[in-house]
Amino acid sequence: MSSPGEINIQNVTKNYGSVTAVNNVDLKIEGGSYCCMIGPSGCGKTTLLRMIAGHEEPTSGEISIGDRVMNHVRTGERGTALMFQNYALFPHLDLVDNVSFSLKIQKMPKAERRGRGREMLGRVQLLHLAERFPSELSGGQQQRVALARALITNPQVLLLDEPLSALDEFLRLHMRVELKRLQDELGITFVHVTHTQPEAIALADQVIVMDHGVVEQAASPRAIYDTPHSPYIARFMGGQNVIYGTVTDKSGSDVHVQGSEGGEFVLGGCDALEVGSEARFAVRRDKIQLQRGQHEGLNSVNGTISNVEYQGTFVKLAFERPEGQDFVVYLDDQTYFDDPIDVGDAASAHWDARVNYRLIGVKDSTGLAAGH
Amino acid sequence: MSASFQKRGLAFYCLAAFFALFVAFLYGPMIIIFILSFQGEQGGLTFPMRGMSAHWFGDLFSSSRYGDLGGALRRSLMIGGAAMVVTTLVCLFAGLAFRRRFAGSGPLFYLAIVSLVIPGILLGLGVGQLFQIFGMRMHWFTSGLGSHLTWTLPFGLLIMFAVLNRFDSSWEEAARDAGATPWQTLIYVTIPILFPGLIAVALFGFTLSYDEMPRSLLTVGASNTLPIEIANMTSNVTTPALYAIGTVTSALSFVVIALAFGAIALTQRNRRRASK
Repeated sequence: MSSPGEINIQNVTKNYGSVTAVNNVDLKIEGGSYCCMIGPSGCGKTTLLRMIAGHEEPTSGEISIGDRVMNHVRTGERGTALMFQNYALFPHLDLVDNVSFSLKIQKMPKAERRGRGREMLGRVQLLHLAERFPSELSGGQQQRVALARALITNPQVLLLDEPLSALDEFLRLHMRVELKRLQDELGITFVHVTHTQPEAIALADQVIVMDHGVVEQAASPRAIYDTPHSPYIARFMGGQNVIYGTVTDKSGSDVHVQGSEGGEFVLGGCDALEVGSEARFAVRRDKIQLQRGQHEGLNSVNGTISNVEYQGTFVKLAFERPEGQDFVVYLDDQTYFDDPIDVGDAASAHWDARVNYRLIGVKDSTGLAAGH
Repeated sequence: MSASFQKRGLAFYCLAAFFALFVAFLYGPMIIIFILSFQGEQGGLTFPMRGMSAHWFGDLFSSSRYGDLGGALRRSLMIGGAAMVVTTLVCLFAGLAFRRRFAGSGPLFYLAIVSLVIPGILLGLGVGQLFQIFGMRMHWFTSGLGSHLTWTLPFGLLIMFAVLNRFDSSWEEAARDAGATPWQTLIYVTIPILFPGLIAVALFGFTLSYDEMPRSLLTVGASNTLPIEIANMTSNVTTPALYAIGTVTSALSFVVIALAFGAIALTQRNRRRASK
């Protein structure tokens, strides 16, 4: 017996002609959790969401919600509700009729239905606009109406397709808090598709990172951010530098790595790696120290500063290396302004060996290949 | 803002004059016919006006000189009405279907549009031949209506495409998400949202059929429709009654257009009232 809002996705594949949008995905989303699906456009996250909603049928595999296999259950009878990216409010109906539309489909008497609609509008603080039409509302208000319309059927699962992407930055942060609060209050499963990393990390209990139709990693936001599975995850979620190299020496579970773009590093937790094999690891951008000039040493790289961006609480420095990819360092603003290093200055970055985190997976697309 | 302070140049006045000429050509003939239709009892087909009267309107329907005008009007209205209903229904569903590519959708579309290009009189001739081959008798409501539809259907379909261009299919998905069946989606969401566009299609369906002459000429069988009857009048009748019938039919067209706009306005108001 699984909890009512639990979603089980087993070996689900979706093909459009010769194109595979979702490729053999296995996934479990806990009932009552907030789940964010993230990935570059075209990665299959929206297709997966639409399959859960029943707007698309899987080519193969099985989707169940609670204990029920949903593959052939009609949309609207699945206990799910989908909030559309553009909200898709009905332009010919006022807010009450928009919100209570599904009750009209259930043939609820008009007076009762409109009463329930008004009640729901009250819950999203829009009762004073009940008789207005969607075109008369601001983007944020439209979003709340869409939310009310989705929630009026008391769904077990609320599916949100990029719900915040049409809003400006300020409203987006505000609605983000609202969504989280609402989910806590209702205790139902939220599945939220986004392409904004901070949004996923801030909201989710479980983050699902997708690429080219497959789930690359599904874990808590902290695990995704701090202990990414592969170079792709590390790069896509940001906040990490990725270094490749070859194992030259091994003592216990520590290995010595000769960087493919220069430098020597010590990497722990590598029982599985042998001398001569390839090693990949991530270095958190905010756990790096910077020094003027060039210094050789373990766990350090040399280069010149190519860009400095002040970010308020920290300063983002891009670090250009003679050969190889840029390295990015986040310095505490106080540390930076005590000795500001300018663009064009030579510098050396070094860090503690414990910061090196071995990346097990091999996938290393930039995340941009599939779209944009 | 600066543009509004700019002095108007020669180009402005040239274009304004051209536009005035254009409007004069557009409405001048109609206005002249309208005025001449109120010619006095002794008046002729040209200016000057010899008094003012509604004599020729009465003459139109009381005299037998003009053939079966009343019957022709009734037939034209009926064909127009039938063409309107068929055009609106078929174009609605055809338009919805053409949103997706289906096997043969391209050829089918071109096949439908080609009949806009074929000269109407030839098309009428073809319809006539077809009826003869199948041994059917031509009648205004069978072969006549059919030949009108070859004109109104593709026209309506093109308008429907323009209407559907602004239709967001996520509205239908939202309805489906709320549990609506395809039928409920059509009734509660698709048709109400498309309604103003459907009125436009209906309006074109009616007016294109109502004044269609080339396609009618060889297909209406024994009884004429109004445009044919009027065309006959231009060669036989030498009184201002000719103008009177022109005024009557124009007025009828305006009434139909007014009704269409009225219908749109009424539904908008009903929507508002329903929400009170």
